[in-house]
Amino acid sequence: MPAAEISSPPRNYEVMPKASPNGEFDGELLEVAMGPHHPSTHGVFRMDVVLDGERVAKLKPVFGYLHRNHEKIAENTTYLASMPYTDRLDYFCSMTNNWAYALSVEKLAGLQPPERAEYIRIITAELTRLVNHTCLVGFLLQDMGALGTPLMYAFREREKILDLFEALSGSRMMCNYMRFGGCRADLPAGWLDGAKQVVENYPRFLDEFEAFLSGNEILMARTQGVGALPAELAVSAGISGPMLRACGVNYDIRKVDKYGIYDRFEFRVPLGDHGDVFDRYMIRLLEMRESLKILRKALADIPDGPIVDSKAKIRGFKPKVGEAYGRIEGPKGELGFYLISDGSLNPYRYRVRPPSFINLTVLEDMCVGHSVADVVVILGSVDIVLGEVDR
Amino acid sequence: METLEQIKDRIAAAIPGARLEIIPNDTPANQRSLLVDREHAFEVARLLRDDAVLRLDYLSNATGVDWLDTSIKEKVKVKKVVEGVEKEVDEMVERKKAGYLEAVYHLYSIAHRHGPVILRIRTDNRTDKTRLPSLTPVWRSAEFQEREIYDLYGIIFDGHPDLRRILMWDGFQDYPMRKDYAEPDDYEYEPTPHDEVLEKAQPHSR
Repeated sequence: MPAAEISSPPRNYEVMPKASPNGEFDGELLEVAMGPHHPSTHGVFRMDVVLDGERVAKLKPVFGYLHRNHEKIAENTTYLASMPYTDRLDYFCSMTNNWAYALSVEKLAGLQPPERAEYIRIITAELTRLVNHTCLVGFLLQDMGALGTPLMYAFREREKILDLFEALSGSRMMCNYMRFGGCRADLPAGWLDGAKQVVENYPRFLDEFEAFLSGNEILMARTQGVGALPAELAVSAGISGPMLRACGVNYDIRKVDKYGIYDRFEFRVPLGDHGDVFDRYMIRLLEMRESLKILRKALADIPDGPIVDSKAKIRGFKPKVGEAYGRIEGPKGELGFYLISDGSLNPYRYRVRPPSFINLTVLEDMCVGHSVADVVVILGSVDIVLGEVDR
Repeated sequence: METLEQIKDRIAAAIPGARLEIIPNDTPANQRSLLVDREHAFEVARLLRDDAVLRLDYLSNATGVDWLDTSIKEKVKVKKVVEGVEKEVDEMVERKKAGYLEAVYHLYSIAHRHGPVILRIRTDNRTDKTRLPSLTPVWRSAEFQEREIYDLYGIIFDGHPDLRRILMWDGFQDYPMRKDYAEPDDYEYEPTPHDEVLEKAQPHSR
């Protein structure tokens, strides 16, 4: 890593030159608001873009339209009562959100989930990763103009996994499934067989998906060399998840922290070379194959036993005074929860470290110099969910 | 990874004059943190990033914490004249401890795969001295996160390239994550305004 400071130059958006000094037409900059109501912004999200012709000269993301001060709400309620609310952060990945929160509270209170619960957590988390990455590829193609078809293929597969989640937790997207020291309910009868079937059939879908998309000339032309991100900047800017690994930085929290029982599973960490949109797309497809490896082993090895730590208290849950920061490798990147306990029923400080919020830091750096149409694709490859960005 | 004591000694040797303190943490997580004074925070941060052994190149999480003013009641013996005789009497004395705002940084190393090292910087008080040095020039990751701390806690980061509100709108006045934040009265949505409501609305209409 170079010792030089990596920082964006000071920006002043108030002063926008409206015309060139000699009054000519070209050289005039145009300020455009992309969003907030636009299908390509994946929610209510705005980019104030300054255009030099078709090229982006400056870009600043504007968000907060969905801000409901999640952290304040959590500080005014009990530890457990925030669990269903974490589902609403990144509403594609409620299982991993639950896990990250449960993991942090377990660190704070010293709870240890039993074996079976750890297996269930890994299975649900990897299924969530499949859901997220499949949908992201669908949305990305939608942003590129492949209207409908890839997204519908993706949603067809997602539906099968959501059915599993519904059988397990009673809800398709807002699962509210994990508890401090374990999980809420045991697997229903026949669930493992259903999950095995989904996992067995998934590679066929991925092959089909890749056969249609990965070699497609238009996809390659629209993504290769677009929105490249240098590795040093990615590390400095706290980028995490597939976006970081697309830059060639080998950092997967499942490997580094070995939380849960990830040290028992063999899987590879796919890495990119260029850090462009195509690499981010490919990394996600490759990660799904690795997730399937983990799932196959976990579904075969899952033992019987209790699913909640017997020391876990549900009523009057008061961790000792202190703090803890726990993090997991969510599908979008590093999802962390920072908790400070003052010994009462409510957390004194509750902080979500949202991966898609921090991944937006470098949006301007990736977009400057590219065309407006590329901005849409670059934003799509960042993989944001506004429920998590705005909190 | 080195223990926090070793890191503290290393910083103290490299940056003379830096006031450092280890904040204990008794939970099973056992994540202790390092309190750094404002004046040297930037240098300390740069040292932590560039030091060959530590190489904390990844700022994972930056956030604010609000600690309210507290008052500690103490029994103090005071000499008093009671009924013409001087006596020692116990008296309760209230000692005020000024609250402060705190910025907390969780650092990891991607190069050496260790962490976290937790850095804390505190302001003098919660009202007029709420300036801290920005660590955005050291870790770009702090750019949006420090904007969020400014937005929700009101810590002003000196040296931040673009310090504006990020989640709340630009015209918003207060800092909603502070512990003593009071929501504004929702007087506009009262269907039938009557005495009490109108009285409450008075300050708004000015």
